[in-house]
Amino acid sequence: MPNEYAASLNLLSDQVELNHGAGGRAMQQLISQVFARELGNEFLAQGDDGARLPAACGRLVMATDAHVVSPLFFPGGDIGSLAVHGTLNDVAMLGARPTYLAAAFILEEGFPLADLTRIAASMGRAARAAGVPVVTADTKVVERGKADGVFITTTGVGVLVDGVEISGSNARPGDAVLVSGPIGDHGMAIMSVRENLSFAAPIVSDSAALHGLIADLLAAVPQLHVLRDPTRGGVAATLNEIAQQSGVGIVLDEAAIPVRPAVVAACELLGLDPLNIANEGRVLVFCPAADAARALAALQAHPLGREAALIGEVIADPRHFVQMRTRFGGRRMIDWLAGDALPRIC
Amino acid sequence: MKYIDEFRAADLARGLAAAIARDVLPARTYRLMEFCGGHTHAISRYGVADLLPACVRLIHGPGCPVCVLPIGRIDQAIRLALAHGVILCTYGDCLRVPASDKLSLQRARSQGADVRMVYSPLDAVRIAREQPGREVVFLAIGFETTTPPSAVAVLQAQAEGLENFSLLCNHVLTPAAMHAILAAPGGTAIDGFIGPAHVSTVIGSAPYHTFARDYGKPVAIAGFEPLDVMRAIQLLIQQINAGRAEVDNEFTRAVTPHGNRKAQALVAQVFALRASFSWRGLGEIRQSALTLRPEYAGFDAEIRFALPDVAVADHKACECAAILRGEKQPQQCRIFGTACTPDNPIGSCMVSSEGACAAHYSYGRWRAAGAEESLPYAQ
Repeated sequence: MPNEYAASLNLLSDQVELNHGAGGRAMQQLISQVFARELGNEFLAQGDDGARLPAACGRLVMATDAHVVSPLFFPGGDIGSLAVHGTLNDVAMLGARPTYLAAAFILEEGFPLADLTRIAASMGRAARAAGVPVVTADTKVVERGKADGVFITTTGVGVLVDGVEISGSNARPGDAVLVSGPIGDHGMAIMSVRENLSFAAPIVSDSAALHGLIADLLAAVPQLHVLRDPTRGGVAATLNEIAQQSGVGIVLDEAAIPVRPAVVAACELLGLDPLNIANEGRVLVFCPAADAARALAALQAHPLGREAALIGEVIADPRHFVQMRTRFGGRRMIDWLAGDALPRIC
Repeated sequence: MKYIDEFRAADLARGLAAAIARDVLPARTYRLMEFCGGHTHAISRYGVADLLPACVRLIHGPGCPVCVLPIGRIDQAIRLALAHGVILCTYGDCLRVPASDKLSLQRARSQGADVRMVYSPLDAVRIAREQPGREVVFLAIGFETTTPPSAVAVLQAQAEGLENFSLLCNHVLTPAAMHAILAAPGGTAIDGFIGPAHVSTVIGSAPYHTFARDYGKPVAIAGFEPLDVMRAIQLLIQQINAGRAEVDNEFTRAVTPHGNRKAQALVAQVFALRASFSWRGLGEIRQSALTLRPEYAGFDAEIRFALPDVAVADHKACECAAILRGEKQPQQCRIFGTACTPDNPIGSCMVSSEGACAAHYSYGRWRAAGAEESLPYAQ
């Protein structure tokens, strides 16, 4: 919306002010010059408090995710692209095709408009690449010190065709467990640029929208049991969740789990385990063992799944343990972490 | 990862496992303590115990610096941050250690304490340099490995004339703890020690001779890789079978008889023996810890803030002391895995993943629970 009453924002040097969230002309200006420009589409252009969308057939899937990340920009992405990918993936993990996104921004007073523009542009690019528009959005500004730059909450809606029943409670003894690519890239990319700990490592976040990969996989193996993206807590936490939810045990083969050498080395240095490190563009797939080869081929045929691997299997275990046969030839349990992964000193 | 992967090779492990299986005498058991948390971690992470005959029992020792740190000392650090308003810097390991009143450094942070995780004591010195208006305290913990960096931090702060930096010193000594375990009334159930890796690079192999000579317990110093640990186990079994008690050094690529003399000199310059220190799980041990020398008293947070030393008793039901002496196994403690878990640790051995109980809980529970029969993999 053109604003004839105020001087235009200087997107290079201005900062977010409390006025930008106060509902007045300043807010309109911010919306039109930053968000509408970067995220624009026919639904957002309706300019109302909500978006009118064509009704979908079948069942709807809806997911929401609040994104906070420090630093806001990291190798392979930023909070904007992450906010798109994270929520699209949550929708895709149920086997649904994501159709629309909504976004809410909480901005800290004093946040540079140049950074905000960069984040909005990255979000727009990610949404366009995914083919899923941000159809409605909201902005609030809080006083300096009450937030960490910018927080973004996104909500996604998707369409689920009949017959697809994917859930963390569907793992069955005998199922094969696959992962779509090397683990730990995102968490270690973030850690490599954190304050006090920058190390020169060629690690790039795996942040990506996975619904295209999932669609190809579903076309090849319609009877998938479980899909889940191993985000916070990494593969270890996600597999424990699934083991609990499905009431089964899981056995991994360490030698089969893909991890990039740079991630292994960085984890070694910090005393961390790649199994506990977050991913933002990987999916764990559970399917009947008879379909494992087809599932693996379908994953590997997609650009985001080239390095996919079969990493383990589901067993009957009333204790719901996740175990691993180590590369060294021993066995151990893979437990949840108590809290965040913290570097060890010894 | 070159020069590390070689020490994790599965084919060599299989060969070594077969050799150990041939070496053991079927009529006896071998109760071997790995003193160091680093070894506990390696054993757990690679599943080393799985490759050993059933008659070889590994006892996880007290060499986890976080585990043996008494609650009263964490209370002091929390008090410094909350009541004195200092910037409290420490290693990541310390953040979750439970203290009194359901607090930890991490929880204190949510109450407004300025607690920062650092990777080196020199980071704390840097913070002191950048914030001359704030008091900065480094909560120093660890065995002989982390002591020299703390000494360097103090000397650096002195050289820069920083008056807002101090150390809350909790550095402890490995040989003193080994003595305490071996000299326990009623003796000990331990047949031999896997000697520390990084600690020994600093102190050398010589200080362990007393354990072989005076207590008749063989020691094999080992690196932190799984093949190092297995080779040390083999050396110990061979000594025990032959009735020998000597100090073997498997980790010759890093450990010499006399250690790192420069590091020792730095430590001797800055630190002096404490008359006594209360270890979580092991109790009061004479001359087992370090404090700053009088000439560095200005950098001693205990003096600077006149901190009272408050002893906090270990939980009554906790069996950590017996577990650390090898008399009991974690699962024989009645609160293990029920009231005491890694999410809610009561005893010291449950505090860090390197503690005896936490390692067993997080990595070895399936074995005790009998789940191994269900493993579908062929060996």
